[in-house]
Amino acid sequence: MSAIPGFLKGNFRSNESRTCDTTGLPVCNTASLFIQLHAVFAVVFLLVGAVAAILLALTRWPAVHLLPADWFYRVLTLHGVNMLLFWIIFLEVAIVYFASTSLLNSRLFSKGLAWAGFLLMVIGAVLVDYIILIGGADVLFTSYYPLPGHPFFYLGLILFAVGALLAMINFLLTLHIAKRDKTYEGSVPLVVFGATAAVIIAVLTIATGAAILIPTLLWAAGIVDIIDAGIYRVVWWGMGHVSQQINVTAMVSVWYFMFSLTTGAKPLNHAVCRGAFVLYILFINLASAHHLLVDPGVSTAWSIWNTSYAMYLAVLASMIHGFTVPAALEIAMRKKGYRQGVFGWLTNAPWGNPGFSSIFMSLVIFGFIGGITGVTIGTEQINIIVHNTLKLPAHFHGTVVGGTTLAFTGLAYYVVPLIFRREYYMKGLAKIQPYIFVVGILIVILGMQFAGSTGVPRRHWDVSFAGSPIPIPKMESGWLALVGVGGVIAFTGLLIFILLTVATVFFGRSNKGKPMESWGDVKDVSASAGAWTKEDEHKTPGTWALVSILLVSFVVYYFSNWKALADVWWVR
Amino acid sequence: MGNENDHWLKKLMDNPWLLLVLGIVVPTLSYTVWGLVEVMSLPPATLP
Repeated sequence: MSAIPGFLKGNFRSNESRTCDTTGLPVCNTASLFIQLHAVFAVVFLLVGAVAAILLALTRWPAVHLLPADWFYRVLTLHGVNMLLFWIIFLEVAIVYFASTSLLNSRLFSKGLAWAGFLLMVIGAVLVDYIILIGGADVLFTSYYPLPGHPFFYLGLILFAVGALLAMINFLLTLHIAKRDKTYEGSVPLVVFGATAAVIIAVLTIATGAAILIPTLLWAAGIVDIIDAGIYRVVWWGMGHVSQQINVTAMVSVWYFMFSLTTGAKPLNHAVCRGAFVLYILFINLASAHHLLVDPGVSTAWSIWNTSYAMYLAVLASMIHGFTVPAALEIAMRKKGYRQGVFGWLTNAPWGNPGFSSIFMSLVIFGFIGGITGVTIGTEQINIIVHNTLKLPAHFHGTVVGGTTLAFTGLAYYVVPLIFRREYYMKGLAKIQPYIFVVGILIVILGMQFAGSTGVPRRHWDVSFAGSPIPIPKMESGWLALVGVGGVIAFTGLLIFILLTVATVFFGRSNKGKPMESWGDVKDVSASAGAWTKEDEHKTPGTWALVSILLVSFVVYYFSNWKALADVWWVR
Repeated sequence: MGNENDHWLKKLMDNPWLLLVLGIVVPTLSYTVWGLVEVMSLPPATLP
């Protein structure tokens, strides 16, 4: 790690920091406390979301159909808010606190602000989960007006959001004092820049959320009579989808960080990578418009501008990261001597290191599944045949679960030994855990994708429509069995991660005063691989091959969806 | 830290506060404000 050139003098007060025994980075003790607190609660809410997930998978599996209807929608609400908000944002706060202190050689701006933010997030999240579980808010993650939730449901969400906002302000002010105190030279490291982009998107998310959740709280409390449903949808998605862009941006930062940590990879070009993050800041949030492509209240011009012309600049950013991240890895591995063929650098990568394997698989799943499906179903014409089908959850389980959650669990395999300073239990099991989880989630996504293609709706308890007063054509539900089977496997993988992590955090063997035990380093065999020239710094044939496969896959998927659209009957 | 001769793009990227303003203004105008203007401009439906 060489994030801080020359290790300038930090701005720590006495006894406020330590030096990491593994990376040599400074660790602000206050930041370390809050990284630990937020990480622990992130995993607690991950467990809640995971239990909800397996209950849902076993309900959508027609042969099992576990939950009754009311509990299905209750648990679906619980799953959505815990996985999409609580688990991920708690961990993101831990990430931005780490980035702004250890990578900038700075103390955390305010302990009081950190406590206030943390407590509000915990109180808000617990309140929301309690209200959901007592049946006070069976309104799903979107809580579309006029579905009524208990006022405390909206209050809990607002408290959580305010807490997260305080954490984001603490991050920005930490950046400010680090710059003021000259704790680093030049521009901030790329990981910090990526975290800054995530924080900026988070501030927009929370501001937009306040603009819609506060009126909704007043309506639920009986103070306001009515909210316009069209306005609700426009503004709510300004929060709902944007919150997921925080995840994307933080996840990309984690990719850069973890490849650096596990293989020594360095960004190929800081300016290009930073430019891609700026494109995220400016344009990725417009993707919210995808959710309104069948809404009658907005014009075609608004839809096409926000989902195509401007949005594709954010897609360009993802494609830049999709090239530079594996290219940085390829260069690092080739430099270490793994130069055989096109993919020798990849086959010799540390696949037994869960920190590496999670991140690489996150990169592949996010690009090949989340990215390709997202751009395709976000096309206005194609959206009409997939809107509100299971193809939508197939897409975001590729981004949020196979992408972000997988990347964050990979990060944990380093956070726990480095910040909690404890060694993982059962390392053999930990090494195969990411693979179990990935097999499961890929089967879930496959099942959702094909079930959605046959018209199976999302958010639906019973696709057989048993007892319907009007005849409903029977839906093809065979693919839903895959959702159930994959759900069981993915849940097993996630449960292994949670149990190992919790056991390690509380009872693991301490590694204080010594470096963390390696998950499996990449051996440097460059001595036998020949000279490394300046030209080699830019040779990435393996990445070109991967990117070409991605583009061909995109073309095939994109045009197969246009073919499916062409097969739809004419509406005259 | 900064340098007078730096390219304006580098200066922009080194200024998190300016990025914050742009990150709020651009999507708010393009998505939220434009979308709200369109929804609020709709004439009320006439009931049968």
